Amino acid sequence: MPIVSVGRDRLFAALEQTYTDQEFDELCFEFGIELDDVTTEKEVMRKEKHMDEEASADEEIIYKIDVPANRYDLLCLEGLAKALRVFTGKDPIPSFRVSEVPASSIQKMVVKPETSLIRPHVVCAVLRGVTFDEARYSSFIDLQDKLHQNLCRRRTLVAIGTHDLDVLEGPFTYEALRPADIKFVPLKQTKEFNGAELIEFYKSDMKLKKFLHIIESSPVYPVIYDSKRRVLSLPPIINGAHSAISLKTKNVFIECTATDLTKAKIVLNTMVTMFSQYSSPQFEVEPVEVVSADGKSTRYPDLSLRTFEVDMAYVNRTIGTSLEAKEVSKLLNKMQLYTEVQPDSKLRVSAPPTRSDVLHACDIAEDVAIAYGYNNIIRTVPKSHTQGKQQPLNHFTDLIRAEVAMAGFTEVVTWILCSLEENFKMVNREDDGNTAVIIGNPRSADFEAVRSSLLPGILKTMGSNKDAPRPLKLFEVSDVVRLNSKEDVGAKNSRHLVAVYSNLNSGFEVIHGLVDRVFEVVGIRPAEFDKVSGTFSGDGYYITPSQEPEYFSGRQANIMCAGSCIGSFGIVNPEVMQRFDIIDPCSAVEMNIEPFLYL
Amino acid sequence: MAATAVEEALLGHLQKLTISNSEEWASSAGFDHNLVKDVVKSLHGFGYVEAETVKKVRWVLTAEGKMYTMRGSPEVQVFEAVPAEGISAADLKGKLDALVYDVGFKTAMKNKWIQLAKPLIIKKVESVKDEVRNLLTAIQEGKEIPDASINDLKKRQLIERRNETWFSLSKGPNYAPKRVKPETDLTRDLLQSGEWLKRDFKPYNFNALGQPTEGGHLHPLLKVRTQFRNIFLEMGFEEMPTNNFVESSFWNFDALFQPQQHPARDSHDTFFLKAPARTIELPEDYLERVKKTHEEGGYGSIGYGYDWKRDEAEKNLLRTHTTAVSSRMLYKLAQDGFTPKRYFSIDRVFRNEAVDRTHLAEFHQVEGLVCDRGLSLGDLIGVLNDFFARLGVKKLRFKPAYNPYTEPSMEIFSYHEGLKKWVEVGNSGMFRPEMLQPMGLPEDVSVIAWGLSLERPTMIMYGIDNIRDLFGHKVDLRLIKSNPICRLGIK
Repeated sequence: MPIVSVGRDRLFAALEQTYTDQEFDELCFEFGIELDDVTTEKEVMRKEKHMDEEASADEEIIYKIDVPANRYDLLCLEGLAKALRVFTGKDPIPSFRVSEVPASSIQKMVVKPETSLIRPHVVCAVLRGVTFDEARYSSFIDLQDKLHQNLCRRRTLVAIGTHDLDVLEGPFTYEALRPADIKFVPLKQTKEFNGAELIEFYKSDMKLKKFLHIIESSPVYPVIYDSKRRVLSLPPIINGAHSAISLKTKNVFIECTATDLTKAKIVLNTMVTMFSQYSSPQFEVEPVEVVSADGKSTRYPDLSLRTFEVDMAYVNRTIGTSLEAKEVSKLLNKMQLYTEVQPDSKLRVSAPPTRSDVLHACDIAEDVAIAYGYNNIIRTVPKSHTQGKQQPLNHFTDLIRAEVAMAGFTEVVTWILCSLEENFKMVNREDDGNTAVIIGNPRSADFEAVRSSLLPGILKTMGSNKDAPRPLKLFEVSDVVRLNSKEDVGAKNSRHLVAVYSNLNSGFEVIHGLVDRVFEVVGIRPAEFDKVSGTFSGDGYYITPSQEPEYFSGRQANIMCAGSCIGSFGIVNPEVMQRFDIIDPCSAVEMNIEPFLYL
Repeated sequence: MAATAVEEALLGHLQKLTISNSEEWASSAGFDHNLVKDVVKSLHGFGYVEAETVKKVRWVLTAEGKMYTMRGSPEVQVFEAVPAEGISAADLKGKLDALVYDVGFKTAMKNKWIQLAKPLIIKKVESVKDEVRNLLTAIQEGKEIPDASINDLKKRQLIERRNETWFSLSKGPNYAPKRVKPETDLTRDLLQSGEWLKRDFKPYNFNALGQPTEGGHLHPLLKVRTQFRNIFLEMGFEEMPTNNFVESSFWNFDALFQPQQHPARDSHDTFFLKAPARTIELPEDYLERVKKTHEEGGYGSIGYGYDWKRDEAEKNLLRTHTTAVSSRMLYKLAQDGFTPKRYFSIDRVFRNEAVDRTHLAEFHQVEGLVCDRGLSLGDLIGVLNDFFARLGVKKLRFKPAYNPYTEPSMEIFSYHEGLKKWVEVGNSGMFRPEMLQPMGLPEDVSVIAWGLSLERPTMIMYGIDNIRDLFGHKVDLRLIKSNPICRLGIK
């Protein structure tokens, strides 16, 4: 969830009310945001630099507020204050207007077809007569940062550029050119760069280097020019220095370039609705005509309301209330939703451009519930009767776990994620590329693979518990995963039992005894050996000498049941023990228990 | 055996008499006093005898002192060796031991018993009394002698100091003429012979711990899991099959109406797979409905308005929540024909996040859901109150929240008596119609659901502040072996 930092005193000034921290926390709780921290700028700095310094009393108090990830209108002080003022009944729902501009004097943005190769969409708007002060200005910049981080997916989907319109001359063009052909002085610089040089230059810039990948490998870069071929911006990297906005800027030109048009519109609407309160006339936005490559013209921003027909019965049924349409209408007004009561117990609910999160009547029902107060809703209980039931495999697993614990073994819970080395090499096994599930984006070697066997995890636990009293007897019953093309996803879990014994002696016979005990409790008897044919009867289990690389030669066996090998046990190979840093001899067993589930 | 003889003799003696000095008694009875002392200590421990320790300083003769009690003191020996007519020094020296001569001559001279009448040594008095010898004999007999004489003899190294300890003994409260050794345990022999009736039993040390039990131990995290499972089962919930860690993006995200550009679908949060990289099979009809709902909405929704890509949906991952299984179950329920259901699961989920003392890249998610016609937020609040009350959490309140696949969504807070504040204990909500209706569930069917982690309540319950002590190879085995039963769900 995004966290928005706002100055407490400025926020209270905007709300025209002061609160204690606790009162404000309560208000946040009701509204569905969270007062995450109360701090000061200097306190934050001290924490970052680990300084122990007394706070002075005159430091500005900062509220850090956690807002829902789909409420872009709450990402700045202006939006938060407006939403809370409407919620507490101080203000009516703000209404935003697109000004009437004759076709002859409207600002135009012409989109060139090449932009489809890299970043096909652009939407624009103008804010006139804006009055900035330092706080407003920094809020304006912060909102762009917040939007870039969240909705714009770190500028991949949408990038915002804001410009001083008074130093530019339209019509504007949105183009895509070869990097070498784009030359301009970027923001905060004095030297001219071409597109390729710029990428090199920003590779050492902590803030901008993470956006370079979005266009770096493209043969053409997106760029916006005015009619005098002055560069407004090279989205999504940097704006030009020429049109930089300042505290003195009066008329702001906003452009949002995008790979996702829906999100570009939301971003533009968020920018203009939040800051049109500082423009003149207030809440009015001047449109820009965007002429797409196919010659189609569209005026932006689109500040129209989106209307939903909502059934009163649906609202009451969803929340569990029996509210009247009139009450619901009042509640929705607190949430900035216009509501008209229709004759047949239906509501016409309109969401303003600030509420792009409203997609369905269920979003409206939630707003009714929030405004009504979640904690005022009467508790009820679902009526229908259902039966409790366990998954057979989990039920069976619990019985096996209890039996193994009763046999003197102590349970551990190890990680499913592991390194490839642990999964294979450390237990003397080859990675045939056909066994383990491999993770594509591990943060570290610890998360390279999903275990295809439980043995490495429990051996690692042994190695980490050298000081534990001997004998050490550990076990785990859990899932391993192996590649399996018969499954829809291409991999399958299976439930395994692993147990290890370690002492001054190997305890091979202890592990052998556990194997026999497991068969005893699942009700499978030892198979009969027929001396004549030299084979075992098919109905029981038997063990047969094996050659598994993780075990010691001559002291290991495969466990055979119903004609197939379901596991093996033995003294752990000393090479393997050494790799896991195990100092005492030990024996282990690992077997699949799923074949025992239904007998 | 010698001790047994001492014990018998001593108890026998005490039957009628007392012993004022155990040492004397020992020497008269012919026992070693040290052995007697050991026997006394043991008998006293069981109350057979009353023993009072007597400590006394005693003077005993040195070897030299002992010699003089037999031969007389050196000065007397010298005196005796001087004939009436006198004797030359050389002759006198020749008659005596060198030591006797040296000491005796000087002392006899000092005592003015003899004198030098050159070249002879002659007696000066008729006869002498051997005081030293008398004193030594008196000490040997244990008689008191004056302190001045003691100092004298000590200086001459004829006597030395001894600290003597002995007991004065009488019958103790448990006196018996013959000791019966107390038994430490009731054995089969004692029981079957009937001897247990006659024997005394040694008192038990009730302050010591008993012997540790044998047998194994179940892991505390899974003990908590068992209790959670029982609570769900008691509430009529059916367990979902969650033994599929590998999942497609489709079931993990798309089916939940989670848009393809959602931050949770970033590689920063999710483990995507290199093998198996793509899912092999998806239900085609359903996939079309999901695609359409994301792109343009439907079922009363306006959708997200973006270009939905099958390629994204086919990407395999390690499930980030067990809700991926819930979506499979609800889809199956819709195909099989809807009936009311309550489902739960508790199993592993994976997040590609930074790990620390309280977070791992994998943890257990506890999830419950109710699927029925006409469920409300009030029902969700009711079910949550019931569920958490069974966990012992009485005071709940709910905060509006955002979750891509639930609407309304509520964060669950409980009042923590220790911290004196509200703490978040879980998340909940009603699944969005955009998730349920493409599955084919009837329009009036709602699903209320909630989730929490298994690790957090376990850590709080068992006072564990580092998750690695509980989970993984660096586990604290002592913690696993010694922890109380989990009482969740016991009222």
